[in-house]
Amino acid sequence: MAKVGNVINYEDCVIHVDNVSKSFGNLHVLRDVDLKLYNGENLVVLGRSGTGKSVLIKLISGLLKPDAGDITVLGQRVNDLTEKELMQLRLRIGFSFQNSALYDSMTVRENLEFPLVRNKRNLTRAEINREVEDVLDGVGLLQALNQMPSELSGGQKKRIGIARTLILRPDIMLYDEPTAGLDPITCLDINGLINEVQERYKTSSIIITHDLACAKMVGDRMVMLLDGKFERQGTFEEIFDTDDTRVKPFYDYNFIV
Amino acid sequence: MGRKFNNLLLEFARLHRFLMRVLREAVSPPYEFKEIVRQCYEIGWKSFPLIGLTGFIVGFVFTKQSRPSLEDFGATSWLPALISIAIVRALAPLVTALIASGKVGSQIGAELSSMNVTEQIDAMEVSGTNPFKFLVVSRIVATTIMIPILCFYIAGIGLFGGYLSIIGSDQLSLLSFFTQVFDKIGFVDIFAMTLRAVVFGFTIGFASCYVGYYSSKGTEGVGKAANSAVVASMFTVFIEELLIVQVLSLIS
Repeated sequence: MAKVGNVINYEDCVIHVDNVSKSFGNLHVLRDVDLKLYNGENLVVLGRSGTGKSVLIKLISGLLKPDAGDITVLGQRVNDLTEKELMQLRLRIGFSFQNSALYDSMTVRENLEFPLVRNKRNLTRAEINREVEDVLDGVGLLQALNQMPSELSGGQKKRIGIARTLILRPDIMLYDEPTAGLDPITCLDINGLINEVQERYKTSSIIITHDLACAKMVGDRMVMLLDGKFERQGTFEEIFDTDDTRVKPFYDYNFIV
Repeated sequence: MGRKFNNLLLEFARLHRFLMRVLREAVSPPYEFKEIVRQCYEIGWKSFPLIGLTGFIVGFVFTKQSRPSLEDFGATSWLPALISIAIVRALAPLVTALIASGKVGSQIGAELSSMNVTEQIDAMEVSGTNPFKFLVVSRIVATTIMIPILCFYIAGIGLFGGYLSIIGSDQLSLLSFFTQVFDKIGFVDIFAMTLRAVVFGFTIGFASCYVGYYSSKGTEGVGKAANSAVVASMFTVFIEELLIVQVLSLIS
């Protein structure tokens, strides 16, 4: 599905990353990073492998703690939250993992039911079934309901992974390399699904990728992580209108080579 | 040398933190009853055939090997008493723990480590579930419940194996065999066996979950975790056996 004109509210900042730094031993991954995600926006974070893109969204979802700086998500300062408050906040954040992270001992149905059953305990069996089927139909994989993750293709796993996050109706979606390891046709499908999710569920999203076709197709705004900092941001054209040797090979590889 | 010592201290600190978290989360609601029952089935129920066969062989072989020594003194009628003391006081908890370390320990280590590698634990955390309570605490509680049950089972089967070995050479009814068996074992022996099994069950669950939960990333990490879970469980079980034997002999 091609991107349609979505409504972005620049008055409402749903994620604010303020001067955040993160190191692992002597490796300084993020240095004083600033980032804002606005309501209704699809923000693409570009960068080479190992530059800390995934670390950034793990910091936002509270899976990692920053060494310095503040992260505010939906008006709540992640650093100050107790474990219980953080769990509540996470219900409003959907996290689509690079390798889908489906529970391999469960069927597709059980994978989708898992967050629902554990967080909305008052739902009846019929309501759970309806929710699961609805969200699975939304990603076009209703027929995979009783299959095991090992029986699915890479693209199907990505879709199920996205469906599992959508079942809690999150306000924010975080996509970690949604098209990594997929063929071009499936990439187009996944990019279409990201746009469809934004339109149908009115989510604001951060998409981590180094696939420029994906970035161009789904992004409203882009930022590029270079040497631990967001040095370039803007539209696709603004980002790549440069002679910076750290940026140009990205474009050349994706569109010229 | 200094760095190795520091790493050792850090490991102890991490173990202590892990233990405190297990104890804290085990007693604080909400409780994962459904998952605990599922794990009891996976860990306990599915181990019954293996444990049963092992128990039978241990009882049968032990009796067979003990007979010649007792025959030298014309004391083969003491065989039921000897078997009961050996099985209840020592063999049943130890053999159960060693078999469970191999079967259950490697299973838990590999499962948690593989979930760690494929980000399934992170996925659980971001979907509003406490993975520590769901994955770790439930498995430790299940091993602590099921190892004592398996231990009683292995003791029963082991004694029966011993009986079959005896009747290969002597005339002895099952009733008089078990009468002699229960004459020789008292409450303290049963209590000591249960205590050992509970401690071993907790240890196997704890050690396997610890290495699985904190395994290194990559497929190599899964293999290492499965291996380390078995080694750590068995090693700790032997150390505990040594300590428990000392304490029990002091008490008695």
